[in-house]
Amino acid sequence: MTTQTIIPNESGYYGEYGGMFIPEILRTTFDELIDAFAEAKADPEFWQSFVDVMQNYSCRPTPVTPLENFANSLGSKFSVFCKREDLNHTGAHKANNCMGQGLLVKRMGKTRVIAETGAGQHGVATATMAARMGLECTIYMGSVDVERQRPNVFWMEQLGAEVVSVTEGTATLKDAINASMRDWAESMETTHYVLGTTCGPHPFPEMVAWFQSIIGQEVRRQMLDKTGKLPDRIYSCVGGGSNASGIFLPFLEDESVELIGVEAGGHGLDTGSHAARFYGGNVGIAQGYKTYFFQDEEGQMLHTHSIAAGLDYIGVSPILSYLHDKKRIRFTAAADDAVISATKHLIRTEGIIPALESSHAFASVIEEAPNIPDGTQVLINLSGRGDKDIFNIAEAIGDKNWEEFLRQKASQYQ
Amino acid sequence: MQLTEYLRKRLKKRKILLMTHAVVGYPSLEDNWKMLEAMGEADVDLVELQMPFSEPTADGPLFVKANQEALRNGIKWKDYFELMQCASEKFDFPVLMMGYCNTAFTMGFREYCEKISKHGGKGFIIPDLPYEEFGELFDHSLELGLDPIMLCTPTNKEERLQRICSNGRGLIYCVARKGVTGKSTVLEQSTEEFLQQCRKFSGLPLALGFGLSKPEDLHMLHGKAEIAIVGTALLKTWETEGDAAYRRHLNSLAEARE
Repeated sequence: MTTQTIIPNESGYYGEYGGMFIPEILRTTFDELIDAFAEAKADPEFWQSFVDVMQNYSCRPTPVTPLENFANSLGSKFSVFCKREDLNHTGAHKANNCMGQGLLVKRMGKTRVIAETGAGQHGVATATMAARMGLECTIYMGSVDVERQRPNVFWMEQLGAEVVSVTEGTATLKDAINASMRDWAESMETTHYVLGTTCGPHPFPEMVAWFQSIIGQEVRRQMLDKTGKLPDRIYSCVGGGSNASGIFLPFLEDESVELIGVEAGGHGLDTGSHAARFYGGNVGIAQGYKTYFFQDEEGQMLHTHSIAAGLDYIGVSPILSYLHDKKRIRFTAAADDAVISATKHLIRTEGIIPALESSHAFASVIEEAPNIPDGTQVLINLSGRGDKDIFNIAEAIGDKNWEEFLRQKASQYQ
Repeated sequence: MQLTEYLRKRLKKRKILLMTHAVVGYPSLEDNWKMLEAMGEADVDLVELQMPFSEPTADGPLFVKANQEALRNGIKWKDYFELMQCASEKFDFPVLMMGYCNTAFTMGFREYCEKISKHGGKGFIIPDLPYEEFGELFDHSLELGLDPIMLCTPTNKEERLQRICSNGRGLIYCVARKGVTGKSTVLEQSTEEFLQQCRKFSGLPLALGFGLSKPEDLHMLHGKAEIAIVGTALLKTWETEGDAAYRRHLNSLAEARE
């Protein structure tokens, strides 16, 4: 099944959001991509080849796991399930998009891919795809993130990718996106830009959401098989919005299903040190598209903060902005400390280690639990696994033994 | 319209005109003024003043740094327009606004045009705003006598090039090559063909930019383009060799117009 319940208008808009605000030099490249994607989308064999790759290489369909202990620990009379995107190859939903775009790259006959990465997950997923599909690969990563996420840099390099550390601007995800656009403005003949989320100029939001919608399509079937009905609520964390779009979009027309997007509350919404675009943001145009951005009154982008590098981004998917304004998705935010506590909670009650990004969705369920009616079926998108976050989680928890281990390990190299 | 006439008049005396660039607030407003004075003395024909933006996607490393540092120096719209006003009052050359579209969008298209017009600007260049997205910006700019300047690139298909050119006013900004600002450009046969193609679709003066740095670059463009745009190369000279070298570089370019 390849239906998509929301498509942009001809200019790439969802309501007033989206569009293509690109330097003219890239226009022809975007036009070619729009055509190639439209052809692939109309070809049922392409979607089938995507499903096959994801089954044979990335453990799809990923299971839906009932979380009875977690639900009971909240003293609740509602049930909780989670979609196990953490079981994807490379440990997160990012693989869906990368393998999908990889197949498209092969179809277009290009030989090199570039990508931006924040936490490193999308970089690793892209480098993995490139290794598997025999493509050259360059990953742009903010130098701040390179420092925070060395293990991912290590794996990208082992996978054969060149990792370029970006020192401009805030040296984080948004600057890595700018650097990728600059590379592409020069290399477009041979190169495809594997944008990692449902942001950026058209057709990226549509394309990434299309590949990611495999998540929600599976969930529909799985919940019907398991429980005979659709979930009543779906919670998903929202950075750029790819895992949220992937799980939400196939449910847009099911009015009984409440969709809840959870943004990064950082140090708290009243501190200004967060990444909740729907609280602190305004509509603007940057990085090629129109959406809610975290920006000042003159349209300059502000620093965002989240304990989860994957949510620490200035913009949000134009698709989600549209659904926000239409009130089809309710947005909330989870603060860093609630996220750490939710992470520990899930690890102890269910033996599942969530990514800090995904923990935002769990933190919101914990917070809202007293108000969730009895008998409700809650589904949480567990978008990625947390072992990549061992340095951050151990630091946040303040584990002395881990600190000691790092000290000893470091001393071996002195 | 006025801009085109001004350029045509100047072209009677010169084989090619020179357009230069400054990022407002970098290295500082004081340095900007020194650069502008040097441009005035060299009798530069046209100047684009860039309003810094936090996400300058179309710029190369040096201008990215300049944008970033200017913002760190606290440059606001107010500072930008004050400099624009002083420059347009003091010097003979017309001043163009250059900046990314979030500035225009956040200000509101009407106010954007009013501000430019009120502070003496003659037109504007928005590198991340394709003509389809101009909407009311066209009407406002024409009402206020401003020229919206269109960018053409060698990767554009002919049909699009034609549409871009038909929307252009004042001059056509021809991007010499792929990539971003600041890397050197070898003027090839393909550049010439590209200029000829632009010429086919527009009677406006053609300005060629991206990667021009030396007097020889201007010489080679005689008879092929009407305006040479030099940005990064001059800023690089300012940074590495200082004020006096900047003036020398600027004067050598100015002389290469004859």
